[in-house]
Amino acid sequence: MEDMTTLPLPAPRQRGAGRLLRQRARSLAQAAVTPLGLDDLLDHFHPLRRGAELSGRVVEVRPETAASATLVIKPGRDWAGHVPGQYVRVGVDVDGVRLWRTYSLTHGPRPDGCISITVKAIDGGVVSGHLVRRTRPGTMLRLAQAAGDFVLPDPLPGKLLLVTAGSGITPVIGMLRNLFSRAEVPATDIVLIHSALSQAEVIFADEIRSYADRGLLRLVELHTDTHGLLDVDSLDELVPDLADRPTYACGPAGLLDALEAHHEAHGLVLHTERFRPVVLAAPGEGGTVTFASGTTIEADGATPILDAAEEAGVLMPSGCRMGICMGCVLPMKEGAVRDLRNGALTVAVPGETDPAGVPIQTCVSAPAGACSVDH
Amino acid sequence: MTTITRKPENPTAHLTEADIEQIGIELDAIRQDVIDSRGEKDAAYIRRIVDVQRKLELGSRAVLLGSALPPLWVLGTVGLSVAKILENMEIGHNVMHGQWDWMRDPKIHSTTWEWDNASTADGWKHSHNQVHHTYTNIVGKDNDLGYGIMRVDEDQRWVPFYLAQPMWNFINACFFEYGIAAYDLELGKNLRVPKDKRSPEFKANLSKTLKKIRKQATKDYVVHPLVALPFGGAVGALTGNFVANVVRNVWSHSVIMCGHFPEGVETFEKKSIPDDETRGQWYVRQMLGSANISGGKVTHLMTGNLSHQIEHHLFPDLPSNRYAEVAPKVQALFEKYDLNYHQAPLPQQVYSAWHKVVRLSLPNDWLATTTPKNLPSQLKTLWAMSTKGPKVRRAAQARLTQLARRQAAEKSAGQAEAAAA
Repeated sequence: MEDMTTLPLPAPRQRGAGRLLRQRARSLAQAAVTPLGLDDLLDHFHPLRRGAELSGRVVEVRPETAASATLVIKPGRDWAGHVPGQYVRVGVDVDGVRLWRTYSLTHGPRPDGCISITVKAIDGGVVSGHLVRRTRPGTMLRLAQAAGDFVLPDPLPGKLLLVTAGSGITPVIGMLRNLFSRAEVPATDIVLIHSALSQAEVIFADEIRSYADRGLLRLVELHTDTHGLLDVDSLDELVPDLADRPTYACGPAGLLDALEAHHEAHGLVLHTERFRPVVLAAPGEGGTVTFASGTTIEADGATPILDAAEEAGVLMPSGCRMGICMGCVLPMKEGAVRDLRNGALTVAVPGETDPAGVPIQTCVSAPAGACSVDH
Repeated sequence: MTTITRKPENPTAHLTEADIEQIGIELDAIRQDVIDSRGEKDAAYIRRIVDVQRKLELGSRAVLLGSALPPLWVLGTVGLSVAKILENMEIGHNVMHGQWDWMRDPKIHSTTWEWDNASTADGWKHSHNQVHHTYTNIVGKDNDLGYGIMRVDEDQRWVPFYLAQPMWNFINACFFEYGIAAYDLELGKNLRVPKDKRSPEFKANLSKTLKKIRKQATKDYVVHPLVALPFGGAVGALTGNFVANVVRNVWSHSVIMCGHFPEGVETFEKKSIPDDETRGQWYVRQMLGSANISGGKVTHLMTGNLSHQIEHHLFPDLPSNRYAEVAPKVQALFEKYDLNYHQAPLPQQVYSAWHKVVRLSLPNDWLATTTPKNLPSQLKTLWAMSTKGPKVRRAAQARLTQLARRQAAEKSAGQAEAAAA
């Protein structure tokens, strides 16, 4: 070690020369593999390397309940990290077809560098069923970087209310694990209200109950089959100091809508994470979508452009497929689309609107007449 | 051969309109079966082929580093040839047809794929997918039929220029990738246009193609020899790459000739194709305008499954690994409707296609009427037809046709006698 200190620091010029050499070597390698990219070849040997398109390898599939499982995934070297509560877009090959979905990350940053998602197989859910029942360790998944603003504030407030229902627990478990794994557990007073269909359906049941047993939080566990649905108006009976607690909620749209109405009426702070699209607006007429490649597709007023285009063989960017993650946004050059959630029209007029195109979310937009998309 | 409508016996004459539409319905059903059942296994197949191809190419190029040793040169060159053939045939051609687009994998998709060939993916997709697959075997419309420089049909008037067509065909085979690039650009037609009047689209495509050719040549003939230089394998790498490219070119040219050019494969007249050609009519044209190569799994793989050319032309966007299972159903349909399912082993199909190239390079009926006995007089006729004016050609042609008829008559008389005896 002593010798190290006597070594001269590498001169900046040498470092620059090193970089130049690397660049030269890379462009030589590129010239040697054209028309492929160098990365196309490296992918066959080390898909998780730095510089690769982000993907991950499933290292463990752990059943949680009869219908849900946690996938522990080793992400590629370029994984930029995440904050508990955020979600990740995951590209899964189901029956040979690449499908993208969004899942909450259920751990804070882990020492082993892995990330995890917990998936509940929903009825008729092609991807969720595949992930829960047919995915084995070793499977490669495509990933996008973590995103989402459903995260706890820093510093933490003194009191907190977490309201979750069903698989809505998933972003919240990530937050809790992160808090409780710290050397010094924060002194925040946490109430967790969790509603599930039945006792057997509670994901992470043992874990959240043990948090309660250890006095880390107060757990209110409701089972729909015995207690009925969570009644938002009786919230202050379950949590008398409701007004002192900022609320973080994740669950079905019905619950979140009711909570929003309730908190707004009482002037309370609420943060939500939605897993399902908001109620659909009445469909419009539909129309045609022309892509820059020259392909023209037809879609009725109730079908998202994304679905119609994929059906017609157009390679489309996609993500959560419910209007949240912005992974599917494309610029519309001309025409109009209708937002399937609320019926709102977005219009692009050449010469008037942005010449680069008006961004539209293809997963929740249907054409309203003829429109053209730059893709 | 003559376009189908000019033949004394049209091979589709026995089909009613209802038959033709029924064929369309039955073929659509075969297609739908495959679409409904394609899945994980098929995806695993193409990914494995891509993986094997890339590792084989890398390995072969590594072996060529040591190409100063002759056995390594042979090994590396054979490996690289196979890798380039796989890349062009089973992978490139089929991916660019959109056969794997259903996987929604941007890495294996017709819109993103670029292949190891002089022609650009975009240019090739236009001339091949749109023009050739739409106007299959329509004389004058389908450039795959003789690439615009060959006489592919008796009805094309013979001129002495065509005498050289076996040679053109051979040169085209050796440098096929450049031939493809040239006809993707419609180079002949566009170069006849004065320089300042050429379309901007042509100029843009030309510059893209030249850029691609430069990159391809730099890779094969500069970078890899350079890398091999420290190992003393520069010359070996250079020649190895050149040979591999020629092998790939000759192979793909042969396979493609086998697909549409053997004797007995039908060609069509532009004016005989109705503007509102139905799906059934289109299917029937594809059925008669293509020929298969029979063989084993290796043949199918190395031809990029164009050994199932008939199935490929019926269903150009079905995954290539499924043609083999579709073939018996298609063949049964041919038999049901009494149509000729044209199929033969590779050497036979190559011979047949070359025979046709040579036959059509000569005046009609010349080759058929020539026997060892009359060779001197036949050569005299050919010399006259090649060196004298159109008038002489017409007269000589009439004599050849007459001779052919007489020989045919004598032959059938001889057969009748033999039968009587």
